Amino acid sequence: MSDAATMDGLPDGAKGVVTDYSADKQAFHVPWGKAMMWIFLLSDTFIFSCFLVGYMHVRMAATDPWPNPSEVFGLSLFGTDVPLLLIAIMTFVLITSSGTMALAVNMGYRKNRKATFWLMVVTAVLGATFVGMQAFEWTKLIMEGVRPWQNPFGSAQFGSSFFMITGFHGMHVTAGVIYLLVVANRVRNGFYEKRGGNYEIVEITGLYWHFVDLVWVFIFAFFYLW
Amino acid sequence: MASEEGQQHPLKIYWIMWVGLFVLSGFSYTTDFMDDGIVRQFLILAFMFAKAGGIVWIFMHMGWERPALKLAILVPPIFIGVLIWLMAIEGNYTELTRIEFFGESTFVPEEVHH
Repeated sequence: MSDAATMDGLPDGAKGVVTDYSADKQAFHVPWGKAMMWIFLLSDTFIFSCFLVGYMHVRMAATDPWPNPSEVFGLSLFGTDVPLLLIAIMTFVLITSSGTMALAVNMGYRKNRKATFWLMVVTAVLGATFVGMQAFEWTKLIMEGVRPWQNPFGSAQFGSSFFMITGFHGMHVTAGVIYLLVVANRVRNGFYEKRGGNYEIVEITGLYWHFVDLVWVFIFAFFYLW
Repeated sequence: MASEEGQQHPLKIYWIMWVGLFVLSGFSYTTDFMDDGIVRQFLILAFMFAKAGGIVWIFMHMGWERPALKLAILVPPIFIGVLIWLMAIEGNYTELTRIEFFGESTFVPEEVHH
């Protein structure tokens, strides 16, 4: 039990933390599914951090020159080389999908089932588009001779970090698309209406989806731009 | 601010965030046309953290959660800084050791063609 007298000097937020953590009851005043999703995302944060830190390490330690991502991922358009064009488009596709997801969560709480369903479907389609463009990128690089163990443009470690990091992220997007479609279908067929009309699950799905976008922000900055 | 009732906010804030993410991503992309250097690196990081913060705070609703959840989720990632620091030291050491024992690289990169 928390002793109110010992917390006199603390700001309101800190008081809340002490009472929530020490009250021998539910610590997080959110639905359990949401707390568990946040904890899962925290663990996923550490996995992606390990990958990105590993990439930093091999890039610093490599003695062969590091390929210039701006050229390697560039596309030729109407005779001019545009750097990182496909990656920029992929970034905008993912941001758009994050926006539609945020709207889906909002519509879910308004119990607007039809809008929630369609916004989630649009989010899933944009996610699938992202994975498709990534498959194109991989194909193109493999045709140019980039492998996890060697590549013609510089350090061998470039290929290994590229395939590992973008592959793991792409796997997350693919899983997210499936997750979105399952939940969207249940929104459509009234599954949650039978359970008291609680659309918290849409927000939980949204947390996962926004996280996938969040990871891409870091990959874009460190792998493609740096 | 308790979230037992669920996270219900006016739509306007999502539109602002959405447009903001587009603008910031546009800025991120333009850093690719700059010369390499400390200014470019600073801008890459600044736009990255601005986007990440917006996504977590607004889209993931972390800004409206109680401090107990904020602390439990947002504090642990700070310690990744220790890993970055250690691996940066190790990376420099590995590179110097490689040059010392194997010599400078003789790798000749191919031109990139599309």
